[in-house]
Amino acid sequence: MSEATASRDNGTEPMIEMTGLNKWYGDFHVLRDIDLTVQRGERIVICGPSGSGKSTLIRCINRLEAHQQGGITVGGITMTEDIKRIEQIRRQVGMVFQHFNLFPHLSVLENCCLSQIWVQKKPRHEAEKLAMEYLERVQIAEQAKKYPGQLSGGQQQRVAIARALCMRPEVMLFDEPTSALDPEMIKEVLDVMVELAREGMTMICVTHEMGFAKTVADRVIFMDQGQIIEEAPPETFFNHPRSERTKLFLSQILGH
Amino acid sequence: MTTSSASSEAAQTAMIPQREPPVRRRGVPGWLRQNLFSSPLNSLVSVVMLVVTVMVLWPLLQWAVVQADWLGETRQACTGEGACWVFISARLESIVYGFYPESEIWRVNIVFAMLAGVIAWLVLPRLPAKGWMALFALTGFPIIAFFLLAGGAFGLMPVPTRDWGGLMLTLTIAVVGIVGSLPIGILLALGRRSSMPLVRGVSVVFIEFWRGVPLITVLFMASVMLPLFVPSEVEFDKLLRALVGIMLFWSAYMAEVVRGGLQAIDKGQDEAGMSLGLGYWQRMGLIVLPQALKLVIPGIVNTFIALFKDTSLVLIIGLLDLLSIIQAGLTDPEWLGYAMEGYVFAALVYWVFCFSMSRYSQRIERKLHTGH
Ligand SMILES: Nc1ncnc2c1ncn2[C@@H]1O[C@H](COP(=O)(O)OP(=O)(O)OP(=O)(O)O)[C@@H](O)[C@H]1O
Ligand SMILES: [Mg+2]
Repeated sequence: MSEATASRDNGTEPMIEMTGLNKWYGDFHVLRDIDLTVQRGERIVICGPSGSGKSTLIRCINRLEAHQQGGITVGGITMTEDIKRIEQIRRQVGMVFQHFNLFPHLSVLENCCLSQIWVQKKPRHEAEKLAMEYLERVQIAEQAKKYPGQLSGGQQQRVAIARALCMRPEVMLFDEPTSALDPEMIKEVLDVMVELAREGMTMICVTHEMGFAKTVADRVIFMDQGQIIEEAPPETFFNHPRSERTKLFLSQILGH
Repeated sequence: MTTSSASSEAAQTAMIPQREPPVRRRGVPGWLRQNLFSSPLNSLVSVVMLVVTVMVLWPLLQWAVVQADWLGETRQACTGEGACWVFISARLESIVYGFYPESEIWRVNIVFAMLAGVIAWLVLPRLPAKGWMALFALTGFPIIAFFLLAGGAFGLMPVPTRDWGGLMLTLTIAVVGIVGSLPIGILLALGRRSSMPLVRGVSVVFIEFWRGVPLITVLFMASVMLPLFVPSEVEFDKLLRALVGIMLFWSAYMAEVVRGGLQAIDKGQDEAGMSLGLGYWQRMGLIVLPQALKLVIPGIVNTFIALFKDTSLVLIIGLLDLLSIIQAGLTDPEWLGYAMEGYVFAALVYWVFCFSMSRYSQRIERKLHTGH
């Protein structure tokens, strides 16, 4: 606990710090010597070809995947094997998944209250009040009593964002939040994310929405074969990419 | 030859005729017409089935109801052609209570009433505080029921379990088996999927051991072999040994049913729980198990029903449950020749309990459906 509170007083400390991170699946080297520092309030977009390790990288931040070498520090807490410490980190990190992963047996409101009640031990009425506030912000408050199965994909993803925000996280991770959505629903989710970025949330987004990257990102990171190949502010990244692989990738996703 | 044009013309005229939009017919005649007599073939099938049903059911009804004898004390009361239900009614007391002392039967009745009350409370949708009632059903009720049935405390006369029998014994074994095997089975299923090798190993060995042995063997082992290993001063009650055996045996089956449900739940559910900072037991209890158990309600109830019926196997270790006490009655020289009545009655009692479980599970399934 003391580490967490100490870090909150110290605003200059980076939100996330990864040094020399290496990860293998069996013999397969997924992440190679990743060094990445994310400051508080920074918005990062990660892109790269399929299978390059983007999901794996951000899932290491809240230990949905375990790494084998290197260090991760989140909000001043250094990651260890200790489950208490891992849970302490997870409480500061909100995550939004490609396939929403809402709990289908719970209503939208209950989805948003779960961690408040069971992790933060808040009384139910307080939890519901905050949940309604966030559902309001993602413009879905009128669906609070419905079950996830009764909502459209875009609505479900907005609920998932509200659910993560209800923990009042310090940083939000997005893993391709729009790639399972029909085109007409992508915008409603991106609008919520842009709004969140404006409010100063620290965000790491894996996405191929280059429009989003251009409007909100402070830095764009390009990964290939488990390595960070290039990182730069969006103008530089899109207009003057340095590496050949980045140029090839950009021509593929922007070129048609 | 203009066959092609002719056939195309035929095809045109054979176009599906326009039909009235479906109208829901009301009342019995409407239902009959729609479901049983909608076409000549359908009508024929309906009539044939009706005739067959009547041909089979009519003699049965004659035997079981119309020509049966209901009232009386001895076999002299049975004069008709049909069933002699006097056989059952004269022995009803031992069929329900076994050899439980007559003066103490009120204790069993209280337990029956409580059991019925608890179940009704849990089943009827209107009644509140189901959570507390379930807690009472799993903690308070077994303790009260134990002291009432076994006695030996609070000034109640002790009744040894060898005097227990009949329906009361069957229900005791079934309820203990059902209430015990589900939680143990859930723990075993979670254990089998655990990331800790020791926990996983123990669960696998346990499940595969109990699943690999016939229940009869388990019961024999519990009643014959256990005393060989345990010093003779320690005396385990025979019923208790059978209960433990049945519980462990069925928990292995339950574990595999539950594991089937756990495997069907997407890994993303657990990951979403992790990302919200929930601990292992919270994730299992709040997210994974509610969904997994719901998926396998049919399998769970199937296991319950099998368990309920297999309680009758305790007769081989000399416990007199419902079936064996009826069977014992058949050998009574006073009542020779009424095996049919005895077995039909036993079957009916088992069927009523099992069918109720089946219906209730279907209702729960419908209620828990949340549109996914
Ligand atoms: N559990 C696993 N076991 C073995 N290999 C895995 C596992 N998960 C991922 N991989 C492999 O690791 C590599 C990186 O996967 P990852 O999901 O991080 O890629 P990604 O960059 O997110 O790709 P995408 O854009 O398709 O989501 C892939 O080659 C994948 O096949
Ligand atoms: Mg991915």
